[in-house]
Amino acid sequence: MANRTPTIGAAQFKLLEKLCRAVGVSGGESEVRKIVLDEIKSFVDEVNVDALGNVLATKKGRGAKRLRLMLDAHMDEVGFMLVADDGEGLYRFKTIGGIDPRNMVGKQVVVGKERTPGVIGAKPIHHTTPDERKKPLVEDTLRIDLGPESKIKVGERGTFAPNFQRVGPSLMSKSLDNRLGVATLIELLKASYPNVDLCAAFTVQEEIGLRGAKVAAQYFKPDLAIVVDATPAKDLPMQFDGENIFYNTKLGLGPAIYVSNFSTIDDPRLVRFITDAAQKAKIPYQVRQPGGGGTNAGSIQRAGMGAPVISISVPHRYTHSAVSVARIDDWKNTLALLHIAIHQITPALWK
Amino acid sequence: MKHLIQKLTDTFSPSGYEDAIRDVIRTEIKKFADEIRVDALGNLIARKGPSTGAQGGTRVMVAAHMDEIGLMATHVDEKGFVRFTSIGGVYPRNLPGGRVRFVNGTQGVIGLDGGTFGNDLPPLDKMFIDVGASNKNDCPIKTGDVAAFERPFLDLGNRVVAKSMDDRIGCAVAIEALRALRSTPNEVYFVFTTQEEVGTRGAQTSAYGIDPDLGFSIDVTGWGDTPGQRDFDVALGKGPAIKIRDGGMLSDPRVVDWMISTAEKKKIPYQREVLLGGTTDARAMQLVRSGIPVGCVSVPCRYVHSPSEMIDYGDVQYAVKLVSALLHAPIKLPLVGGK
Repeated sequence: MANRTPTIGAAQFKLLEKLCRAVGVSGGESEVRKIVLDEIKSFVDEVNVDALGNVLATKKGRGAKRLRLMLDAHMDEVGFMLVADDGEGLYRFKTIGGIDPRNMVGKQVVVGKERTPGVIGAKPIHHTTPDERKKPLVEDTLRIDLGPESKIKVGERGTFAPNFQRVGPSLMSKSLDNRLGVATLIELLKASYPNVDLCAAFTVQEEIGLRGAKVAAQYFKPDLAIVVDATPAKDLPMQFDGENIFYNTKLGLGPAIYVSNFSTIDDPRLVRFITDAAQKAKIPYQVRQPGGGGTNAGSIQRAGMGAPVISISVPHRYTHSAVSVARIDDWKNTLALLHIAIHQITPALWK
Repeated sequence: MKHLIQKLTDTFSPSGYEDAIRDVIRTEIKKFADEIRVDALGNLIARKGPSTGAQGGTRVMVAAHMDEIGLMATHVDEKGFVRFTSIGGVYPRNLPGGRVRFVNGTQGVIGLDGGTFGNDLPPLDKMFIDVGASNKNDCPIKTGDVAAFERPFLDLGNRVVAKSMDDRIGCAVAIEALRALRSTPNEVYFVFTTQEEVGTRGAQTSAYGIDPDLGFSIDVTGWGDTPGQRDFDVALGKGPAIKIRDGGMLSDPRVVDWMISTAEKKKIPYQREVLLGGTTDARAMQLVRSGIPVGCVSVPCRYVHSPSEMIDYGDVQYAVKLVSALLHAPIKLPLVGGK
């Protein structure tokens, strides 16, 4: 197995596109899981699928005093579940994971294993009053319209219709959160890190409460963990004395290093280690603004006897909507930073 | 003991950044513990008494959290003002005009955005920390830097006031109880826990590692004895409070009985605590693995989660006596379900 430096080229774009076009709403990740298993099986020592559907792959290092490094990327995406059949192909639904109802209206969706196309519609402007147009539409008043010949049953899942595009320096697609992380982890597994035992977890059910990662961490019992995810960028011009001070992250500034959110206080030693590694390698990075949100790091940190954790995310705009936007360079730099950092992980880290 | 309380409360260690306080406590206890270790989340674990298998004593976990609430920088603006978010339960009303110290030593004062005066309580995002910088480039703070309240220790005789009394006073009680515990038939683990203020996180993983037979936390509780305080029958100066319930945990009745009978036997004044909100490390301990009986010895504390938290010195000394007495004798709780 040749040691190679992971890069992003035509093959990786193709892989990301395949992952983004897959449908994998929380609890129904099998399409994504199949792609992951096919991609990694020849590069790892051991791989299995656990009871919840996590893909757990191990790649052993060589030599003494290797730390067990868990890498996590969640496979699932936000979506919908049909909860009642109103007849005529119209279905009531509930969201799986967090989606703002204002981001649902007028969107194409796909439902069920056969990917039946549908639409989340609303009254057109011809028939709304000025007062109605000032109010947000709420989930309970919306329907998924699958047409009168639909064979779809209540309980099936759906999500926004696949729509991957590369546009100049940008990636535009549904579910960049977190197929960017999944693609990144796959590329890392194709490289070789003899200094660590790599424990890669492609996890399920993150969007509904960091669930898969909890059992994955209990299985691996890692010495430390890095969670690779995608994080919102709220970097459109938003004026405060001429300065946007609540942006979370910004596109184009590189991988976003977490320091704290609702789920986790990232280990200060790992924050220092990762930012030092980025500076030394001259890889751009940004510190994600501390505040709300959560990642699988929260579950992993507190599983069993606990483990030091950190999250590193690719920034992207319009998270949890029909289409998000990320920059190719941010993805490249995230992969490059992880590659360089993982090579430097030894017990000396804790000194 | 006041000197110890001052030393502990003068240390700046918000949740997740407990290095400084851990070093202080380790120095205080190292001559008195039989074994000391630090786990993956930074919990400082000190064993006293026979280790596993030696004599089969009851394994007890005693948790006092060493972190404190604080602030974290979210952005430094072009003019050098630091925007921030909270670590743990920070009340916005306690902030304006206050001073903070960052873990890197930088000090500053908290200001309010213009136009937010009057009676409206401004949210945290309308506040900033002014560290005396004139622009972004000469500001020594960057996004992610951590700060805690700055407020001098105040000795009022019977009453003592400081920042981070929650829960450095619990740490002080645990340290003194460990020192007083010359010998014990029990396998006692004093755990100075991390990240309690953000969700009893350190207690969860340390309890998992220790796998105790029972446990209790030592933490502050609220107060009902100042103007307008209602529905809470705990006062300063009436002894430590034995927790019966709080917002996240029901104490095991056997643990409550054990604590009360020990206090009565040793003629230690105590109060019965029924707290409706809030919780302590005991919540995480109770639910770890297959679950354990837990309780909590509380030190009544006025103005909790403000920069000036007040305790009664007598309550603290009685708390030390109670904890020492609890751990000194063999612990035999009545059996439940054949365990």
